[in-house]
Amino acid sequence: MSESSGKKGASRRQFLTSVAAVGAGAVAAGAARAAAPDPLITEVQDWARATGDGVDATPYGLPIEYEGDVIRRNVEWLTADTISSINFTPIHALDGTITPQGCAFERHHSGAIALKKEDYRLMINGLVDQPLIFTYADLERFPRENHVYFCECAANSGMEWAGAQLNGAQFTHGMIHNMEYSGVSLRTLLEEAGLSTAGDLSDKWVYVEGADASSNGRSIPMEKALDDCLIAFKANGEALRKEHGYPVRLVVPGWEGNMWVKWLRRIEVMDGPVESREETSKYTDTLADGTSRKWTWVMDAKSVVTAPSPQSPITHGPGPLVITGLAWSGRGAITGVDVSVDGGKTWQPARLAAPGQDKALTRFYLDITWDGSEMLLQSRARDASGYVQPTKAQLREVRGLNSIYHNNAIQTWWVKASGEAENVEVS
Amino acid sequence: AWAGSYGLGRPALPEEIAAWDVDVSPDGTGLPEGSGSVEDGEAIFADYCAICHGDFAEGVDNWPKLAGGADTLDHEDPLKTVGSYWPYLTTTWDYVHRSMPFGNAQTLTPNEVYAIVAYILYSNDLVDDDFVLSNENLLDVEMPNAEGFILDDRETSEAHFWTAEPCMTECKDTVEITMRAAVLDVTPEETRAKKVQEL
Repeated sequence: MSESSGKKGASRRQFLTSVAAVGAGAVAAGAARAAAPDPLITEVQDWARATGDGVDATPYGLPIEYEGDVIRRNVEWLTADTISSINFTPIHALDGTITPQGCAFERHHSGAIALKKEDYRLMINGLVDQPLIFTYADLERFPRENHVYFCECAANSGMEWAGAQLNGAQFTHGMIHNMEYSGVSLRTLLEEAGLSTAGDLSDKWVYVEGADASSNGRSIPMEKALDDCLIAFKANGEALRKEHGYPVRLVVPGWEGNMWVKWLRRIEVMDGPVESREETSKYTDTLADGTSRKWTWVMDAKSVVTAPSPQSPITHGPGPLVITGLAWSGRGAITGVDVSVDGGKTWQPARLAAPGQDKALTRFYLDITWDGSEMLLQSRARDASGYVQPTKAQLREVRGLNSIYHNNAIQTWWVKASGEAENVEVS
Repeated sequence: AWAGSYGLGRPALPEEIAAWDVDVSPDGTGLPEGSGSVEDGEAIFADYCAICHGDFAEGVDNWPKLAGGADTLDHEDPLKTVGSYWPYLTTTWDYVHRSMPFGNAQTLTPNEVYAIVAYILYSNDLVDDDFVLSNENLLDVEMPNAEGFILDDRETSEAHFWTAEPCMTECKDTVEITMRAAVLDVTPEETRAKKVQEL
């Protein structure tokens, strides 16, 4: 090592020490210099000498073991058991917009059932010209469509209505996934059964239910059923996972995840809504005066900073920092996301990784130079309808504290000088 | 006339529709003939339901409470049960018949379901102990919260969220932290917020 490079290393160490001492400070221009040669470079490593796995080692692969943090998690105290329960997508560790199916959240009411394609049947009955039974093979013969949509549980962020509870974006915002679906439009199947018997379609409904014990029956107005709902059998290129409704689920773009009926077995055209358990006892939103909204189908514009966040703290010290997150709206495409580092006093527009797509996740970035001081980090989504993501105070003003569902409020992360982040509420 | 343009699928048989189409609508459509008493319901409930829902439908541990909570919907912690919250008794019949008991669904006969629903009503003080519920009188039972629901009104009550130009600068003078998740400390151990020095 030369005399001069040693001096530069020493001065870099002094700089880091002084930054740590004050907890903040100006960022030096230029890259840090190494104090000594890096043995990962100067010594031949095993992976550069020996060989890796053969192509026959992994017919269907899982992520490398070093990504063990990127997994679904559940919160034991949320539900009475794990069968009618929820787990959470590790959004704190993902990037882009497509959710890997293997860690995409699950919500079941009587567990994830195993239903073979050979045993699968789909019935269309009720006010149709000809009640029909389809096999899985029949469904694959209808003209197919591909669309990317988010599926967000109505209860996503629901534990946060009363205050800051769970310390991580995975837990506060992880009841969501975003996939590319391949399937047949619900309209195509309804027309195959024939809708002339139903007469005036404007006041008609479809009731959809799954093959599982819970059935998860929900009523959908005919206008939506004929618009953009999909009978999906592929997601992100492959068959649906068992836990996501294999072999067939309903996709209801922009609407609360409960209506995305899995293991779909029956579609009934009806004169009115069934007012099933999942649209009376559940998925109704109680207001402060004790009355409750029903049929709150659409998921409003929402966003969250995924990093930095409590599970993804800043570990690199001051300097360049990528602030990133997700935005979405059931009312249409995301048109912009604003980010605040001071708890909402001032905002700056973030950069969308790609133009917002209708009812799909949008990735945003804000590249800043972090000076090492505390931040109160927020994001605020805007959508094509003109809707602006509200604060929790704004939502509570209208709804009170007992709505359970549809919390799309602005999230705040308190990023400390150490780089650690905490879920907080601010005035 | 059936205009199916692809000719895919086959006609559903009446027996098949009867097997799967068991939903019950608020006007009673779909209710099968049958009846059951509070007295019978108490015994059936004890055998099939009470282990989770309690002898008096009051709920065990974290399992759903089916009774109680009258007039609590505007309270800080409302107790939402069949008696205090559910708008239609048809929903109770439909859901019990289709999806309960948890883990052994679709095993109850219509008469057993009428009896269980009668017992749930009794547990909510909505009928007397000699009451017999049937397809004839189910719609006559008054549900306390039948008028408690409004249609989604976000587009009017929350119209102020549709603002073309949100505030960008000088939006507020001060910002104070008012609540911290770390103080509550209910996040699962392995995954609570990471401390930088632990990484």
